[in-house]
Amino acid sequence: MRYLPLTDTDRTAMLEAVGAPSIDALFADVPSDLYLNGPVEGLPLHATEMAVEKHMRRLSKKNLAAADAPFFIGAGAYRHHVPASVDHLIQRGEFLTAYTPYQPEIAQGTLQMLFEFQSQVARLYGCAVANASMYDGSTACWEAVAMASRVTRKKRVVLSGALHPHYAEVVRTMAKFTEDEIAGSAPSLTALPDDDGLITRIDDNTASVVVQYPDILGRIPDLQKIADAAHAKGAKLIVVNTEPVALGALEAPGNLGADIVVGEGQALGVGLQFGGPYLGLFAITDPKLVRQMPGRLCGETVDADGKRGFVLTLSTREQHIRREKATSNICTNSGLCALAFSIHMTLLGAKGITGLAAENHRLACIAADRLAKVPGVTVLNENFFNEFTLMLDVDARQIVRDLADKGVLGGVGLGKLFPDIDGLKGGLLVTVTETASLEDIETLATTLEEVLP
Amino acid sequence: MNQINQSGWKPGTPVASIDGEKHPTVTGNKALMLEEALIFEIGDADTYGVDLPYTPTDLPGRMGKFTRKGEIGLPGLSEPQTVRHYTRLSRQNYGIDLGFFPLGSCTMKHNPRLNEKVARMPGFLDVHPMQPIDTVQGALGVIDELAHWLITLTGMQSVAMSPKAGAHGELCGILCIRAALEARGDARKVVLVPESAHGTNPATAAFAGYSTEDIPANKDGRVDLDALKARLGPDVAAVMITNPNTCGLFERDMKAISDAVHEAGGLVYCDGANFNAIMGRVRPGDLGIDAMHINLHKTFSTPHGGGGPGSGPVVLSEALAPFAPLPFVEKAKDGSLRLIEEENMEEHHASTFGRMTAFNGQMGMFTRALTYILSHGADGLRQAAGDAVLNANYILRQLEDVLHAPFGASGPCMHEALFGDAGFAEGFSTLDLAKGLIDEGFHPMTMYFPLVVHGAMLIEPTETESKAGIDQFIMAMRSLAQRAKDGDEALLTAPHHAPRARLDEAHAARKPRLAWSEPEG
Repeated sequence: MRYLPLTDTDRTAMLEAVGAPSIDALFADVPSDLYLNGPVEGLPLHATEMAVEKHMRRLSKKNLAAADAPFFIGAGAYRHHVPASVDHLIQRGEFLTAYTPYQPEIAQGTLQMLFEFQSQVARLYGCAVANASMYDGSTACWEAVAMASRVTRKKRVVLSGALHPHYAEVVRTMAKFTEDEIAGSAPSLTALPDDDGLITRIDDNTASVVVQYPDILGRIPDLQKIADAAHAKGAKLIVVNTEPVALGALEAPGNLGADIVVGEGQALGVGLQFGGPYLGLFAITDPKLVRQMPGRLCGETVDADGKRGFVLTLSTREQHIRREKATSNICTNSGLCALAFSIHMTLLGAKGITGLAAENHRLACIAADRLAKVPGVTVLNENFFNEFTLMLDVDARQIVRDLADKGVLGGVGLGKLFPDIDGLKGGLLVTVTETASLEDIETLATTLEEVLP
Repeated sequence: MNQINQSGWKPGTPVASIDGEKHPTVTGNKALMLEEALIFEIGDADTYGVDLPYTPTDLPGRMGKFTRKGEIGLPGLSEPQTVRHYTRLSRQNYGIDLGFFPLGSCTMKHNPRLNEKVARMPGFLDVHPMQPIDTVQGALGVIDELAHWLITLTGMQSVAMSPKAGAHGELCGILCIRAALEARGDARKVVLVPESAHGTNPATAAFAGYSTEDIPANKDGRVDLDALKARLGPDVAAVMITNPNTCGLFERDMKAISDAVHEAGGLVYCDGANFNAIMGRVRPGDLGIDAMHINLHKTFSTPHGGGGPGSGPVVLSEALAPFAPLPFVEKAKDGSLRLIEEENMEEHHASTFGRMTAFNGQMGMFTRALTYILSHGADGLRQAAGDAVLNANYILRQLEDVLHAPFGASGPCMHEALFGDAGFAEGFSTLDLAKGLIDEGFHPMTMYFPLVVHGAMLIEPTETESKAGIDQFIMAMRSLAQRAKDGDEALLTAPHHAPRARLDEAHAARKPRLAWSEPEG
């Protein structure tokens, strides 16, 4: 077997040194009636590299890759061009096969990268401090809710109706166990988000208000207005962003009154990967609350020779020190995805992220105008970044399937995201990034015309 | 040792003088070892390494008053600078590709490159989680096939694939347990956890609303069955047990423990971090386990990536399977695969406890793990466990005359060998030995864990080390053990050959500097 270096000669010599007659004898503590004397039945035996690759390629071919179709799906995961150097660099063995940097003398590569990553995220979000990443945007969202409840010592959480329903569902699931009270609502089908409706639901018992920016229908809420209302009631404003490229064009949430900004970082560097691994981003505007943050943090220090270096720090918040009193049970971050994000962000810089955002918005505007001309289609949004909602007279899920049959991945039917709300079934969420060509947009429009009844 | 310098020498500035250094360089570089400044020090807002400009536009935007007003403050680098920056940083890291990583309970095994190649096939890498189901049958096929392997290898009923990492998997298992108990109207309040458990165990139980109590160990380093039985009762929801345990021993009484817990109305959670030792040798389902997470990044060779991403599927017994979180892959009668989500859960999976993550779990890790599993096959996985255990026993027996092995007499160890610091000269600690190991070209072992052994050193060689590599490690450990006993002062300031000397962690925590800010003045 190609991954096992021991030879039978080695095994014999080592067994002799150990004083055991066989490898099986080393398992003497396993009750003999439960010990398996041969390979588990019903499973295939080892296979060559060539055979395994062939098998996996066959599975891979059963999927329609986004690059092979006009592609307009977003809803929390975004397809952007990833520069070739990103994937090359993250595959360097010293990054790929390193452990969590608990031994800083031989992990400065990962640690300096994390310090840079935290700094990049903090600036993109307009925050003071970002952590070294969480599992994904949805789990980061829940961790933010939990942190806000810890800080305010209140238990009521107001969710915007236009928060990604999967994020809302993660929060509801976790809250069942922590006994936080979740106040949700259905999203309003209005051209602008119903900020006033959200504000009326904030009361003195509210620990946090969770708003997505841009929201699940692609609209842009007025964060400052919501922040002012939340703060007046002693609540924290949590802003969720699922598309970091949008922040190349939109004002940073931290500059608009957000207390905690969380999001999904997948759009930069990571790729679609059918949903994971992704990259949870987590940042706060008030550095005094840093000891209440979940997850790993990397900080600057010096070594014994007086040279600058970096270490994981403030770990007294974490489970391996605090055990049952930890701020979170999280143990892993999303290190390699954070590296991919950071490299992509370094290649972009301020100019690149601004230009990339402008291009996304330009193409989205063109697409919205073109699709609005398709009979039976209206554009819901008054404002948007690179994602907007079309209203159809039929269940958009069927239209999505019909488009796929014609080789177009045309978006997400809102009925899939909000199965319980009949009024949303006609909604089709369309996302346009720099990867879509004008020709792709035209194909979407004409195919939509064909499949609409 | 020099005084702590508050600002610290930084790469990019001349080195004036470093006390005692034999051949100082003005750059601080040492031939192949190059110092590298931060992107904030070498990049600027006008530089970039991507294709710009995009098409300029005069179209009116649709973002209204919400556009960004000020500078973002993000530095950019050209592509050549970027490649060099990260290449230089990478060389300051230790990795499995470079050498031996004997990190107990972390299973740092070789990461096959076929896994990486497969994960980058366009049908896996470039597929959206919300694509129409007909266009992702291959992706669902990977999940289904991997699930089948995990269920069969563990002898369990079902598996929840979506948890993002081991601790997330633990949470999933404990939430299934709570949901199952609540479904039968049985609100229990206590979870029992051995003292030697991973810190995530009590943190997870606390999160799920349980109070935790310690299970005592016997002098062998195993769970004290009688003490456990005495504590069981109507208030105990579950016990969380690691098997093989964190002392590197198989819990001989596991079946009896499970039976006792079940009889008292509780459920058994097994921390599967150490599954590598027993895969293909014994099935946790046969030991009476109700839930166990599997760290794909440990047992099934997906890369640790400098701290994640992990992946923590949870295998479940019949009692817990109905409560598993969404989404779920299910095979229809016609053989096609579908994803069970909120949209269609009512008819299939109505008692789920909810959703733990936005999408379908760590697909990129599933493809890698499945590739690894298919490469090894049922016979190779069994051999891998055997070799891992053999390597650990070899290390245990080759070092127990120079290092204190507290459970050396408790029978063969499993995949990890545990030592303590007894016999070290006064003022010398496990940390000093570990830092000496860095100079010898090895990553330190897991230290001060489990908490039940003073100055614990937990060594897990895995099956992917050669005998020659292990012999060299043993040679280094014997030398370092002797130096720690003799009180060799050079050990107290080790490492001497790493990119950095010991870092001042107290300084970092006292006045945390967690993000770049422009220097004053």
